Amino acid sequence: MNVWLRCLLMMSGASVAFPATAQQPASPDGSWPMAPLNYANTRYSPLDQIRGDNIANLRVEFTFSTGINRGQEAAPIVVGDSMYIVTPWPNVVYALDLSRPGAPTKWKYEPKPLPAAQGVACCDVVNRGAVFWQGKVIFNTLDGRTIALDANTGKPLWDVKLADINKGETVTMAPMVVKGKVLVGNSGGEFGVRGWLVALNADTGKQAWKAYSTGPDQDVLIGPSFHPFYASDRGKDLGMTTWPPEAWKIGGGTVWGWISYDPELDLIYYGTANPGPWNAEQRPGDNKWAAGIFARDPDDGQARWFYQFNPHDVFDYDAVNESLLVDMTIDGKRRKVLVRPERNGFVYVMDRATGQVLSADPFGTVNSIERIDLSTGRPHWNPDKQPATGKVVREVCPAAPGAKDWNPSAFSNRTGLVYIPHNNLCMDWQTSEVNYIAGTPYLGAEARFYGGPGGNRGALTAWNPSARKMAWQVKEDLPLYSGALATAGDVVFYGTMDGWFKAVDARTGKPLWQFKTDSGIIGQPVSYRGPDGRQYIAVLSGIGGWPGAIVVANLDTRDATAGGGWGGVLSDLKDKTSAGGTLYVFALPK
Amino acid sequence: MAALAMSACERERRAFHSAPEGTHPRPALTDFQPGSAMTQGVSDTGLAYERNAYHINQGSRWYRAFNCNGCHGNGGGSIGPALMDDQWRYGGNIDQIHASIVDGRPNGMPAWRGKITDMQAWQLSAYVRALSGNVSKAAAPSRRDAITSTPPLTQLPRQSTDAGDASAQQPPPQ
Repeated sequence: MNVWLRCLLMMSGASVAFPATAQQPASPDGSWPMAPLNYANTRYSPLDQIRGDNIANLRVEFTFSTGINRGQEAAPIVVGDSMYIVTPWPNVVYALDLSRPGAPTKWKYEPKPLPAAQGVACCDVVNRGAVFWQGKVIFNTLDGRTIALDANTGKPLWDVKLADINKGETVTMAPMVVKGKVLVGNSGGEFGVRGWLVALNADTGKQAWKAYSTGPDQDVLIGPSFHPFYASDRGKDLGMTTWPPEAWKIGGGTVWGWISYDPELDLIYYGTANPGPWNAEQRPGDNKWAAGIFARDPDDGQARWFYQFNPHDVFDYDAVNESLLVDMTIDGKRRKVLVRPERNGFVYVMDRATGQVLSADPFGTVNSIERIDLSTGRPHWNPDKQPATGKVVREVCPAAPGAKDWNPSAFSNRTGLVYIPHNNLCMDWQTSEVNYIAGTPYLGAEARFYGGPGGNRGALTAWNPSARKMAWQVKEDLPLYSGALATAGDVVFYGTMDGWFKAVDARTGKPLWQFKTDSGIIGQPVSYRGPDGRQYIAVLSGIGGWPGAIVVANLDTRDATAGGGWGGVLSDLKDKTSAGGTLYVFALPK
Repeated sequence: MAALAMSACERERRAFHSAPEGTHPRPALTDFQPGSAMTQGVSDTGLAYERNAYHINQGSRWYRAFNCNGCHGNGGGSIGPALMDDQWRYGGNIDQIHASIVDGRPNGMPAWRGKITDMQAWQLSAYVRALSGNVSKAAAPSRRDAITSTPPLTQLPRQSTDAGDASAQQPPPQ
């Protein structure tokens, strides 16, 4: 705290108080135990050996082939002398021994998920990483199992089946462990599944509670302790009554993104994905509790508050992005807030105790929503961009993958900036009536995406949540689909879909260093302190994910709707990268 | 004159209500055989469907009604492979396509056996052939019900169906 305050005063002489990470600066030991590093989801590494003045010497220390050439979205997990990696389907887990030269494999575990699960995975067969908890490595498989392995031996301790692929359910998210409970949510919002989050006992795998995202209050775990801030979220069984009869049973609201936890308020925060089907005319109503954020008690799962970013979502604007928990001074008052760069293109700053939206400002090009009404909390949808069956709505910004998709941002304690890796895409969108057939896509909309204003399809935006404006931006040709990493050396790392791994100055965005990996990067860079005391940077390279399916699934881009709309805008991707699946680890020379 | 009239009528001889007569083909998935290869023909049933404009057009309706477009796009592919290109994991003649639809395939293609009629499966197969330019231009539907995303099917270049698909994933050893 003192460090950044002094920094700021030196720099500007201002007396505005700065945002700071809410929780303890996680992992002072230099480990990276969960995909977002810490419960606050800030991805801010306290390690500072790698700085602007020495980064020119940063070089590859070792590499490791995962053997799976599909989209590598996972964060490498590092605890002690070991690194743990989960591959895309077939979800092989590797433990690497960091204490030995070249980091040889300690053990390997093959969960053998069902091959057919690939057919109900909307956006490549990705996995976003494991979590380390008390000697266990816990991860999810595409066919919907959660498995705990002994971190030393790789032997399975428990293995539970949570999802059913015949209903279109898969699991792709990185699990989180809060107070001894493993939190796992499903994917399948494009298949008419019913979203849920479950809590499993980390020692046994036994289910403690399950909270659905639609349906009666009893199923959603809404009870007397539920106090949403806005009136439109109050009422009995809104998870049923804001849908046509029975539609909530196939209404989506899956939980495939990030989970945050505030130990002081003792609340977990997570978002719910798009309502289904994409054709919104088939589901009149607000479609609660899809496309919003829940705050829940981790012990019993009971909801405390909810806020809906996109009531009656019409453009597949999932609300599963990360909530960065920070403390900020707003109007002279220190507040516990969460900062959310949303898929709909707005950065929300919310009071995380109450669910009140304190501000919502666009960080990308947005014309589908005119503004967010802070008195009601509701977005004002642009009437000119409202879809109707059979009509093509043109130039809708952001496109369905959002101004920002799942790929997580980072927050630096030293600069007070949020580093948002994101898209700059607009689209044409046409809806049509769709039939629900279990296990098949439930969409009813087709899209053609294209680059937004400026022509750059992606950007890294440094956002100042106090000033509510952009600090700087690096434009990228391709959509930016990797996570961001901020370090105490004032360096921000990210990767591009054509395979460049880049470092920029955290204060100015000035390019500092880059390295070309063998395939496009859509993963989550991490930083850890190795057994030799040096700071390392690690990232998985391997094109894939929703946009990268163009390459790994060999789509035909003569069809502009290929890959759900990416065909036209990424017709050059096969020329710019090829499939891969390699871990790269960088360090300064000894 | 008679021959001319008959060939002109060829397209119009439609069978609306029942599948054309024929035995169920059992197509092989490969042309590779021990010794000298035996020629594998396409069934008369399959040929009758893929030459018939009505059946191809019905197939285009089922393609959307059964959510095939959700996985295969308008031919470019998405969750499932592209159908308008020249790479075929499980064979690209109509008998092989019909078998893939009815039997399913292990990496995510559901088995539609018992869920749709055999006639619907054949009509879908005929439409899938049209997506890669492998039906007569006279029989291919010239317009689609979807947002414009590809050249019209009557204008698509014919793609070879001889090649396999290098991007196919094999299930891990059990």
